[in-house]
Amino acid sequence: MVLDIYGFYDKMEQNNIMLSFKGDITSDLLTSILQIMEAKLDNWQEEPKVKKKVYNVLVECLQNLYHHMDEMSPNQDDKIRSAIFMIGKIDGQYNIITGNYIKNENIPNLQKLLEDINLLSKEELKEYYKAVLNNGEMSLKGGGGLGMIDIARKTGGKLQFHFTPVDDNYSFFSLNINISQ
Amino acid sequence: MEAISIEGTPKTPTVNFDTAKGFLEIKGRSIPENSIEFYKPIVDLLERYASKPQTETNVNIQLEYFNTSSSKCILDVFKKLEGINKGGSKVVINWYYEEDDEDMLEAGEDYQAIINVPFKMVQVVD
Repeated sequence: MVLDIYGFYDKMEQNNIMLSFKGDITSDLLTSILQIMEAKLDNWQEEPKVKKKVYNVLVECLQNLYHHMDEMSPNQDDKIRSAIFMIGKIDGQYNIITGNYIKNENIPNLQKLLEDINLLSKEELKEYYKAVLNNGEMSLKGGGGLGMIDIARKTGGKLQFHFTPVDDNYSFFSLNINISQ
Repeated sequence: MEAISIEGTPKTPTVNFDTAKGFLEIKGRSIPENSIEFYKPIVDLLERYASKPQTETNVNIQLEYFNTSSSKCILDVFKKLEGINKGGSKVVINWYYEEDDEDMLEAGEDYQAIINVPFKMVQVVD
């Protein structure tokens, strides 16, 4: 089978994807992606306000992927540990998409967290954030949903997500974040 | 007198903590994947400082970006400062935010609502 590289290119072009990555998410990779994106945002002379928002949300999205990789046991095959990330800009709106495998048993908790967040108003999100910040148990890996709450607060929109069943043990979790200006 | 002086990196902030002057400053970016490790020496030194603090303790927080992993650690720093403020040293936290950076101002206000220490919101104009 010949890889349809033009098909990939065309799809990315249509969706105005400016950067994408698939594979192992490491700390060094995140540093590089953030540097590249910061340079791009500077080049386009985005307003500082927009730039900061995009950068902040990007950090949280990428670090979600990074911490998620930690959860997968290291002797898991590479496929399961791999993740995908894309950022695009359509009609002046930034679009961050992430995808990673998730154990089926972990879906209900994540789904509930995201659905709960999506029900909250701006003011309620602020209170929820403060409550989790002040009382929530923080592991080395992150903050009990604090990242998702922060993304919802900063973007002001609903978190769009989907779980695609893969097999008896795993599904593929995708998250789509829009940042309007 | 003990002190901490850490140079900033693309993911971690510049930190200066001079216990002799009662001055703590954290500035730059705080977006490491694991923040607990980075903030531990600061929290530990605050713990020791709390036993014999200066009469006044001034704290400058001037962050351009910080992630949610850091936000909990910054709260831990502020909780130590809350104890020091109760213990007799007059603590003031100066929270710097850039003009137009409403998210950073709001983040400061979140801490202000949680922590019982006087906060000063300081707008930085380019």
